[in-house]
Amino acid sequence: MTQLALVIDLNVCVGCHACVTSCKQWNTSGWAGPMVDENPYDANPTGTFFNRVQTFEVGQYPNTETVHFPKSCLHCEDPPCVPVCPTGASYKREDNGVVLVDYDKCIGCKYCSWACPYGVRELDEQQKVMKKCTLCIDRISDQTLPEAERKPACVMACPTSARLYGDVHDPDSEVSVAIRERGGYALMPEWGTQPANHYLPRQKNRMHITEEDLQRVDNPLQKEDITVYHGEETLEDVTW
Amino acid sequence: MHPAFSVIFLTTLLGAGQGMFLALVTGQVYSRIHLIDPQSSDYYFHGSLIALSLLVLGLSASFFHLGRPERAWRAAAKWRTSWLSREVIVLPMLMGLVAIFGLIQWMGWTDPFVVAGDNALPVDASLLVGVLGAVVAFALFVSTAMIYASVKFLQEWATPLTVANFTFFGLASGFMLAAAYSAYLENDLVTFFGTWSVIFTAIAFLSRGASLLRNRHLKYRSNLKTAIGVRHRDIAQKSQGFSAGSFNTREFFHHRASATLAVVRVLFMVLVFPVPVLLIGLAYMTKSPTLPIVAFLVQYLGLVAERWYFFAEAQHPQNLYYQAVS
Repeated sequence: MTQLALVIDLNVCVGCHACVTSCKQWNTSGWAGPMVDENPYDANPTGTFFNRVQTFEVGQYPNTETVHFPKSCLHCEDPPCVPVCPTGASYKREDNGVVLVDYDKCIGCKYCSWACPYGVRELDEQQKVMKKCTLCIDRISDQTLPEAERKPACVMACPTSARLYGDVHDPDSEVSVAIRERGGYALMPEWGTQPANHYLPRQKNRMHITEEDLQRVDNPLQKEDITVYHGEETLEDVTW
Repeated sequence: MHPAFSVIFLTTLLGAGQGMFLALVTGQVYSRIHLIDPQSSDYYFHGSLIALSLLVLGLSASFFHLGRPERAWRAAAKWRTSWLSREVIVLPMLMGLVAIFGLIQWMGWTDPFVVAGDNALPVDASLLVGVLGAVVAFALFVSTAMIYASVKFLQEWATPLTVANFTFFGLASGFMLAAAYSAYLENDLVTFFGTWSVIFTAIAFLSRGASLLRNRHLKYRSNLKTAIGVRHRDIAQKSQGFSAGSFNTREFFHHRASATLAVVRVLFMVLVFPVPVLLIGLAYMTKSPTLPIVAFLVQYLGLVAERWYFFAEAQHPQNLYYQAVS
């Protein structure tokens, strides 16, 4: 079974909010209608977002580290928001594991938001239905898009590639490899919700080896060699 | 959590309505087996009207909690998994049974079908409907309370004590209402219902006291470390990602000082338990027709405060993500 998910690399997230704005833009203009904003230019703006980037400071000054932490629906394997829904509006797709809300069935009782420990469900205050990250279900399942674009808007927008997207049940997928090899973890594991989305921890000791580092290339000094040769033995003949 | 008055009135009014109906059925069973004096059909008819109106009021209050009340009928769909659905099914069932119970009394269809023993237990239609209704009333207590008790990470709520509290508060206020109703009619059942109400109030005091003690010593399973997955002693939120409010900052916090909570706790502990018991005691001595009514109103007011506190006290782990604006 497929379980689509995001894997977020905290090493490279710089807290630019590009994922937040691209998510808002894509989903507010999509088939599901607007994600309402109230008082956008007034004293108390409020609105519906699927995705938030929060910032935490870890450690004590001056030995601190800033962690930018994007958070959206984690598409739990055992989502506590689904069984509590009295109308069946909240459901988990069998084919790809995405947790969705049927806006036409939702009665706005907020019970699912109480039942989500991560606070990633938000009631749209004007439409009065529960909204949440759809993993851009309209993009990822749109067969008319080129395959490279069948990704959530936030993944497409991230300038540092902090967001990976794929099937966490496929052991060879980019996300599974990243989780396995880079210590990917789930949030609040104590509740047994088994979030599909994972986070890659910050790590300081990573060595970046590029392709050029592995291949022997010509002696760069050679290009600067201005000696005129006339068939005699050169240093090149000795070393090569 | 943010206490919503729609839910506070929903749960307290339903509780009193269920308790009132259970009191009537108890009274009827007692009089059938000749332990207390039999009452007129009118007594039960008007009594079940009061119980039914409380249930209707509670149901109406519930609609104010819905964003889309016009779709409320859908809420019965997932009874296999959702306690909210179960409540939505059981409540109309109880309302129907209370209405039938009242109708039977009004029409006077109370001739016994069967008489067990030597006139020891005459069984009539109202007794059968009453006992069935009593079972459904208890099912409703469980359904309502389990909506809260089944959310496992709201640790203040996730305990069998929640079910016990909802049930005993409902019984206490319902029997108190039956005593008030009897006092208003200057009926001699005030003592009978009043005594049961005091017993249920005492049990509710024990179980609510137990849950208050439990919650005072609660160890929260989630903290900032598990919330963001960083293992460090010193983690502080610097930004929650937006400058003003959101659903997350409004729905999951009461926005009151902790001193207010302490005041409300003292208030409900006084209004729900000692004051109504004293008033009922005084009513026994003075045979007052008004004191039991005052006792019920005081206890109900206390229960509103109790339910407010019940919601405000619960700490939702999602609040860990919404600690600082900057």
